[in-house]
Amino acid sequence: MDVARYITNEKGQIEDVILSSGIHVKTVYGPEDLEAVGFDYERDLGRPGEPPFTRNNFSTGYRTREWTTRQYTGFGTARETNERFRLMIDHGQTGLNVAFDLPTQMGLDSDHPMAFGEVGRVGMAVDSLRDFETAFAGIDLHKVGAGLTINAVASIMLAMYQAVAEKLGFDRTKISATPQNDIIKEVIGRGAWIYPLEPAIKLIGDTIEYSMTAMPRTNPVSLCGYHIRESGATPAQEMAYAFCIGNAYIDETARRGYEPEQFVGRFSFNLNIFGNLWEQVAKFRAGRKVWAANLQQKYGVKDPKNLMLRGLFAGGGSGLTKAEPENNIMRGAYYGLAAALSGAQSTALCSFDEAYAIPTERSALLSLRTLQLLMDEVGLRDTVDPLAGSYFIETLTKQMEEKIWEEMRDIEEHGGIVQAVAQGYVPRKLAWQAYEFERDVQNGSLIKVGVNKYATGVEEEVELHEYNEEWAECQATDLAELKRTREAEPVKATLKALEEAARKGDNVMYALVDCCKAYATVGEMADVFRQVYGTYHEPSIF
Amino acid sequence: MDENAQTATTAATAEAPVARPSGSPPKVLVTKPGLDGHDRGAKVIAIALKEAGMEVVYMGLHQTPEAIVRAAIDEDVDVIGLSILTGGHLPICGRIMELLAAEGVSDIAVTVGGVIPKKDISALEALGVKGVFPGGTRLDDIVAAITALAR
Repeated sequence: MDVARYITNEKGQIEDVILSSGIHVKTVYGPEDLEAVGFDYERDLGRPGEPPFTRNNFSTGYRTREWTTRQYTGFGTARETNERFRLMIDHGQTGLNVAFDLPTQMGLDSDHPMAFGEVGRVGMAVDSLRDFETAFAGIDLHKVGAGLTINAVASIMLAMYQAVAEKLGFDRTKISATPQNDIIKEVIGRGAWIYPLEPAIKLIGDTIEYSMTAMPRTNPVSLCGYHIRESGATPAQEMAYAFCIGNAYIDETARRGYEPEQFVGRFSFNLNIFGNLWEQVAKFRAGRKVWAANLQQKYGVKDPKNLMLRGLFAGGGSGLTKAEPENNIMRGAYYGLAAALSGAQSTALCSFDEAYAIPTERSALLSLRTLQLLMDEVGLRDTVDPLAGSYFIETLTKQMEEKIWEEMRDIEEHGGIVQAVAQGYVPRKLAWQAYEFERDVQNGSLIKVGVNKYATGVEEEVELHEYNEEWAECQATDLAELKRTREAEPVKATLKALEEAARKGDNVMYALVDCCKAYATVGEMADVFRQVYGTYHEPSIF
Repeated sequence: MDENAQTATTAATAEAPVARPSGSPPKVLVTKPGLDGHDRGAKVIAIALKEAGMEVVYMGLHQTPEAIVRAAIDEDVDVIGLSILTGGHLPICGRIMELLAAEGVSDIAVTVGGVIPKKDISALEALGVKGVFPGGTRLDDIVAAITALAR
């Protein structure tokens, strides 16, 4: 599932190339191939900035607007994270992508027994609005948008983002948050789920509904093919599953009486890049077209700006290796190249040391510089969709389009994405594909330089990010102080109101904003949902 | 969390432990302790062990050391395979070893894989962990090591 499967003859010459999505690549392409796949310039391509957006969402591409760089950042307490945010912004980063620690992602306060050893380890610890006040201090939230990498408790974090923005003097209608907020992919791939799928999807509907009026510049969901691919999906499955998940969230919101046209334009995507360069480019070009067609055909969406597949195309961790870690710097550069050739609006890279630990300051800056260099030194801003018209790329784009539709139909045949996930069909399939990938790398049929080809076996020393136990102590002290000094009555009253809203099935966002402003903790709010909704149980897949 | 742990324990105890006949394939409990949900590695290992003919009890995500030890005893496994990516392997393995000792169990081998820095391997071994498999370890090597431990 990495670059491709190469079938070679006894002389080592390549006889066939099979991409992860199952498409065979020919030695050479010509006009006859375009004819064979039924390529039609007007229907399949059109102009950049016009439906079906195969070429780009915007007519002028990177000439008028560079991509947004959004390195995934956060560790320790809000203090360390704020420092790193400002460092990245000072070095030219144009957006934020907030990493939360696992207790926060799981809706547990830093003093919960399960949080032991995890506070501030893989992201920033957040217990209350007080942490957000520190994290976002000195950052212009009207100018810099923030991705919030959190899912099960994304509704809480979105409410907290509004609360902090207002507290710091910003207008909620002018701030732009992009909570990840994709619980279905979390169940497929990343595992930070809490509540059963049905209420979890209801919470996502609440954020979409709420954002329409309260935070119109916010992108309430980020459909994450990224983690689905990281779990073993092919590029075609990555797109197809993300689209099916998008449809599930549209259905949840539409059943409340809204037209998809009213809200789907704010959906964003988080998609993955590693492996075969051509397959990635074709995947994104085909993906833009399929998403637009899906919205037109299934939901009657008409406004071109609502048909765009917008989002983050980011370098995938799965492509990086632990062996010879500095090779990952080069890999990152090629993933960035693929992102630019695909017309990514936002981008980020995993840093070269991430097979070992979360990035150091040096490795995070190297990733940022890699992306900046691509925009400024290589010529990627010159023209929109530079690979368009290539016999190969256009043929492959058409073939990828077919594959994506095929994978979407497969999910429909398995009862839709919620059933296909909850009953184990998708997780089982991806686990097997991940196993086959691993086996193929180990037997050398998928080549990884430094791992199974040209490997030296020498272990290199890497300077690593070190976890500091003091962060957990600081966080515990702050939390204890907060609980001692905050006004108890408003906390109690707002949590009570939250419980009532949850029990009645009302939109919980209004109550959550009040809870956040009263300095209720993330754990307290998440516990209200635990009591009302219960918890999720993984399907058995073995 | 607690509810999860409880369910896993109940699921494990629902089938009363039956002594397995000698010569039966190794039985391995594969799970992820703690809060991290990146389970690709754990699932790949579970499949690899099954493909090698072993019996695998896949306990899944978000488990506590207490629940893991309980399930390992109830299921009468030969080996516990933990997947830990967050850096919390030392305290977690330490706790599991303590709990096993408190239960008087000495015939269940504990192994751990994931993001494990080289410098921690000897510390894990000193805790009594019998197999440490950092990312990049070959599946064949893991299967061989588990097979040897189960004997």
